Amino acid sequence: MTAWLSPADWSALALSLRVACFSVVVSLPFALALAWLLSRKRFAGRTLVEALLFLPLILPPVVTGYALLAILGRNAPLGHALAEIGIVFAFRWTGAVVAAAVMGFPLLVLSIRVAFDNVDRRLEAAAETLGARAWRRFRTIVLPLSLRGIVAGCVLAFARSFGEFGATISFVSNIPGETRTLPIAIYELLSVPGGMDGVRHLSIVALLVALAAAASATVIAGGVARRDGDD
Amino acid sequence: MIDLSIRRRIGDLDLDVAFRADVRTLALFGDSGAGKTSVLNAIAGLVKPREGRIALDERVLFDSAAGIDVPVAERRIGYVFQDGRLFPHLDVRANLVYGARSGAHIGFEGVVALLELAPLLERQPSTLSGGERQRVAIGRALLAEPHALLLDEPMTGLHAEARRQVLDHLRRLRNELGVFTVLVSHHASEVAALADEVVLLDGGRVAGQRTRAEFEAIAAAAVPYAQP
Repeated sequence: MTAWLSPADWSALALSLRVACFSVVVSLPFALALAWLLSRKRFAGRTLVEALLFLPLILPPVVTGYALLAILGRNAPLGHALAEIGIVFAFRWTGAVVAAAVMGFPLLVLSIRVAFDNVDRRLEAAAETLGARAWRRFRTIVLPLSLRGIVAGCVLAFARSFGEFGATISFVSNIPGETRTLPIAIYELLSVPGGMDGVRHLSIVALLVALAAAASATVIAGGVARRDGDD
Repeated sequence: MIDLSIRRRIGDLDLDVAFRADVRTLALFGDSGAGKTSVLNAIAGLVKPREGRIALDERVLFDSAAGIDVPVAERRIGYVFQDGRLFPHLDVRANLVYGARSGAHIGFEGVVALLELAPLLERQPSTLSGGERQRVAIGRALLAEPHALLLDEPMTGLHAEARRQVLDHLRRLRNELGVFTVLVSHHASEVAALADEVVLLDGGRVAGQRTRAEFEAIAAAAVPYAQP
């Protein structure tokens, strides 16, 4: 009897989880900073920043992948400069992280921005009268009161990254054990005779991961709501 | 001592207020929309006057001519807002110590005793009554060791018993701590109970400045500024 998941399938699942986790962790600080800027500051070029932010949601993912290749590929100026100091993204799992992070970034920023917008500014003013400067107000008031939105954004970005296909395959291709993520493995199995069992099994795994992510988000959000006395 | 002279347009209100007082507790009294809270916000630095000067004792907080505008976080003004504004994600203890300074006048235990907060320390703000919330807000402001305490309608929305309790605590505060306090109220009874001197505000202007005795006489005669 063949195993329910082959070693290659396990490898694709582990890689997808790693890529999704890393992409959220890496992009979260940038998303927090940008969401705060968009929520609290008026600055020149704000509309352009917002338009650029939405681009990965609007562009075909394959185009985003191609753009990443054009910017970070070994032959691109930036990619070449980074390669000189030992940082290579193209055709590496780290490149899959970049692709996933770029695709999930707008969802992360939008969720966090809405959460920041909903924090009562009067509480920040109260903290300020108590001697709290900007960073402390952000850390102790804005951040904890936005936790539900931040968690929701992380789950959305994780889910988007976990399912990322187009930008990843364009930027880092399909290299078993290196860039062959779960969606790419499913796509490959679809074109292999007798691969439908594997497709079914990996699809069920993808469904379970999505359910687990959604459930954990609900549990965390519930805990935060109880803490804040919202229920 | 406070020396204040500010001008600023806020919505429909053309605020042009100037007064000077050397008392322990000063009240700003007037109808809604008279500019009382705007004056408090200017003292705290939450509203920037177009021009003017605000000094507490010899400390200049704002002076448009000299280009001085001390940041809110550095003003050391304890502000008790009308709605308390407790941080909903922190329990009472954490709210109290949020801005606490190690050299506070009476320290954490002193504030807890003065305002009878011990039974509330582990509770979340959402479980507190209005009066309890205001007492915590007052304690939180005191622990930041303020140079001045601003009380914005601290008894609004409280039922009679809670009002009496908060009033008693504010009286004890005035008698035991001696922190310069500015009280905003449109209730003559609260003002008469707490203030040494009263600035009467009307439509963004100072309509008069009275001692407590003079104010009580006005209130008793039930002329313009006397309200239940």
